Amino acid sequence: MEDETTPPMMTPLERFIDTFFNEAVIERYLPAILKGFVVTLELAILVVITGTLLGLILACVRSYRMLPVNLIIITFADIFRALPPLVLILLAYFGLPNVGVSLSAFVVIWLVLALTLAAFAEEIFWAGILSIDKGQWQAARSTGLSYTSALIYVVLPQAVRLTVPPLTNRAIAITMSTALGMVIGLADILGAATTAQSFSGNASPLMMAAIAYVIMFLPLVIAARWLETRFRWKRA
Amino acid sequence: MDALRQQFFNFEIMGLSWPMLIDGLWMTALLCLIVIPLGLLSGVAAALLSISKNPIVRWTTMAYVDFFRAIPPLVLLIFVYSGLPFAGIRPSPFEAVAIAFLLNNSAYYGEIYRAGILSIGAGQEEAARSTGLTAAQTMLYVTLPQAVRNVLPDLISNTVEVVKLTALASVVSLPELLYQADMARSVTFNASPIVAAAAIYLVILWPMVRLVSRMERRLG
Repeated sequence: MEDETTPPMMTPLERFIDTFFNEAVIERYLPAILKGFVVTLELAILVVITGTLLGLILACVRSYRMLPVNLIIITFADIFRALPPLVLILLAYFGLPNVGVSLSAFVVIWLVLALTLAAFAEEIFWAGILSIDKGQWQAARSTGLSYTSALIYVVLPQAVRLTVPPLTNRAIAITMSTALGMVIGLADILGAATTAQSFSGNASPLMMAAIAYVIMFLPLVIAARWLETRFRWKRA
Repeated sequence: MDALRQQFFNFEIMGLSWPMLIDGLWMTALLCLIVIPLGLLSGVAAALLSISKNPIVRWTTMAYVDFFRAIPPLVLLIFVYSGLPFAGIRPSPFEAVAIAFLLNNSAYYGEIYRAGILSIGAGQEEAARSTGLTAAQTMLYVTLPQAVRNVLPDLISNTVEVVKLTALASVVSLPELLYQADMARSVTFNASPIVAAAAIYLVILWPMVRLVSRMERRLG
């Protein structure tokens, strides 16, 4: 990228810094990227809370073993685990307006990712519920607890513990997919960065985006590994 | 209701876009054939380095793995595709996808293999070494096969994720399944081609998703 502002003689290192860590570009676009950071963070929190809750509710409903309802839950979970989120995002964002439903990019990303997380969370919680010994159910019921009370007070607290490591990993992976919002014009971290990159003709905004994501996700990735190790020790 | 059918389940439009979708499906298949074996192999390498006796190698590998697990794959892909040209490296869309996926997959698969290797007791290695096998032979013939068996559901589940991730290639204009479907959508102003693409993804991935569910339940 030669232009008038580029000094004629640059060492490779200076050139690298000018391209990926350009001070002027960073200063100019830092506010936009910070705004994007907030958007990504809001979406991430919304997706994790609503997705996990919906998944938990679906797993509980499934434990009542009502055949038609369970068929619907299983079909939902399978479809949302098998489809690439980007397919659903394009469908919702470009297809729905033609039938009179116009959703903003933010809402589309939230809905698609929350449903995707719900599908995975339902399977994880369900595996957790199944892993609780039958004796726990029988003992709880024999003390006079109703099925629902046994589920809520005896089975779920034990089941949820088992689900923490896989659920954390899955939630991190799905939260990262908020970057897909850039494809439908959302001004999240990646969206703000690609806009800034095309305006500035410089790769520094992309580097800033990469750093922003690492700042957001690296502690979570490390925490998830720690959780896994901890739970492995517990089992041994 | 009729509008919904017209917009999402228009079989005439699906039929017209079918040849485009099939072209895209081949590209998706080609992409999978390259990135999945590359990921499975580079993952083994990352796992072996991450349990190295040399602390510098071990920590560098762990940092590499954590770093690439903390960057969304799409960010990595866009960085490789539109960031590297500023440094004079111009990958084609296919090369960009292959590079980004190699970095991402080696980290994810590596973490899975590592958990598998750590799940094998030290007694296995000691027994194998005492029969005269070298350390490399022990890893290859004794530890790795058992490790892979222990984490097979995770490996398959991650492979499903990799197939789903190939849809990201549409963002850098690689004409794979989703890109072709979206082209057909923008030409016809109708979402049915994307529904057809979704159906194709489902046919491929649904059996794998079911398989993972069953394996996880049996082991758990």
